[in-house]
Amino acid sequence: MSSTPAITVRDLTVAYRESPVLWDIDWTVEQQDLVAIAGPNGAGKTTLLKAVLDLVDPVAGQVRVLGKPYRTVREQVGYVPQRGSVDWDFPTSVLDVVMMGLYGQLGWLRQPGAKERATAREALAQVGIEELADRQISELSGGQQQRTFLARALVQDATVYLMDEPFQGVDAITERTIIDLLRDLQADGKTLVVVHHDLQTLPEYFDSVLLLNVRRIASGPVEGTFTDENLRRTYGGRVGFLHPPSEDTR
Amino acid sequence: MNALVDVLYALVSDYTLRTVALGSAVLGLVSGALGTYAVLRRQSLIGDAIAHAALPGIALAFLLTGSRVTLVLLIGALVAGWLATLAIMAVTQTSRITFDSALGVALSVFFGVGLMLLTYIQQTAGARQAGLDTFLFGQAATLVTDDVWTMAALGTVALLGMGLFWKEFKLVSFDPVFARTIGLPVRLLDTLLMTLLVLAIVIGLQTVGVVLMSAMLVAPAAAARQWTDHLGTMVGLSMAFGVAAGVSGALISSLVANLPTGPTIVICVSLIVAISLALAPHRGLVWRYLRDRRSSLQQPIADPAAQKGTS
Repeated sequence: MSSTPAITVRDLTVAYRESPVLWDIDWTVEQQDLVAIAGPNGAGKTTLLKAVLDLVDPVAGQVRVLGKPYRTVREQVGYVPQRGSVDWDFPTSVLDVVMMGLYGQLGWLRQPGAKERATAREALAQVGIEELADRQISELSGGQQQRTFLARALVQDATVYLMDEPFQGVDAITERTIIDLLRDLQADGKTLVVVHHDLQTLPEYFDSVLLLNVRRIASGPVEGTFTDENLRRTYGGRVGFLHPPSEDTR
Repeated sequence: MNALVDVLYALVSDYTLRTVALGSAVLGLVSGALGTYAVLRRQSLIGDAIAHAALPGIALAFLLTGSRVTLVLLIGALVAGWLATLAIMAVTQTSRITFDSALGVALSVFFGVGLMLLTYIQQTAGARQAGLDTFLFGQAATLVTDDVWTMAALGTVALLGMGLFWKEFKLVSFDPVFARTIGLPVRLLDTLLMTLLVLAIVIGLQTVGVVLMSAMLVAPAAAARQWTDHLGTMVGLSMAFGVAAGVSGALISSLVANLPTGPTIVICVSLIVAISLALAPHRGLVWRYLRDRRSSLQQPIADPAAQKGTS
């Protein structure tokens, strides 16, 4: 692969109303890496993703994606927001939501057609819910909602993927499907950055890790970075919570 | 039966009734369509704020031009409604004040100024002002053919805008954060959608009035939501409900002496909401009652539909 890092974060500080959410972060993600971001609640994990996506204005510092400002490479970045960030009672179908991933390429005034439908169906097959294409999104389970969001990111056909807690509240089969998908994408040369809560599965699923708690505590290959000592420094005295209570909703 | 024939005959032969029915249909059509987004974005009350805020615009337009031409007054209403909307959006985005508080403040300030100006006009402009206060509760009988044309022209602009940016409005309403990541100008689109909403409201002011206009925005869409889970169908149904309420309100008020048109239209649309709340499949109260009873009669736990509903 080329030597340009997928993501470069330098001296990044983000604050909401004076209190810092991220403090002086330096962090690099190499291409084709499969990276987990872990840290306690309020550590700034989501904010870091949003800073990479140019959704929040940093107080200081710089973010580069594939060596360039986000604005100029947004077609190469796919985003999977937290499942709970939208209203799933919105009157629309699974296929419709997946096609939203193509709106950027479609441009103004053009409505999605047969070609876009085919692409969306392909992505749904990839996440194993082809048969739900015409289902209303209000009828989906948590795992199916997550797969729908993943399919929407897949049709973006990006190089770098940012995912905010894709494993949150999904069933075991969906979790398996997602991790297989992440591995496939990585084998295709994609870079994946995933906010991940479950410290138990983290070393098994991921190659690298960023331990975050407002500051960057440690980052690098899981082996050597994901140590008891670093976890203690990330989670404070609560290292007993190494296996946090499962937040499954099903 | 005879009464129905009489009504239909009057509709084609009576100029006033025809004009009022047409105007009410246009107003129902446009507010039904744009109201869908107000309801889905949980900003139903924005219509109330815009409608009340239009009053000082109407008064100022009259004071500045001395004209009572509908288009002139409606342009004043448009500008004032639009300014109020921008103020609400700006306050919400840049301060800790929440959307509903900003809305409440804007509504009362603009409406208060409107009432002051109206009183001033009544005391100074004499007979020339006659009819300006009809914008408070609306007076459909004052509609003339030119007014209906004005409404139709403004309504076409609103509907065209909604059609042209269909997928963009859908995305920014469903998932604005994702919309920003793919480069959509979300604030611009929000502002555009609000502007179309202002257009839809201004269209109805002469018929329904500033006080009741928000009902025409919210009620058809809320009723339509009961019947469908598909956005396109919801917009279509909402427009149909708006037209049905508009026309039947106009007809009913023509049959009964001294029955005001605007409030009658609002009662009609409220009836449609009540029927939809009770009877719509899946979401309706009767439907739910029957389903709960059926499932409790059979097996207390094994109802897959009920389980799906919770996730």
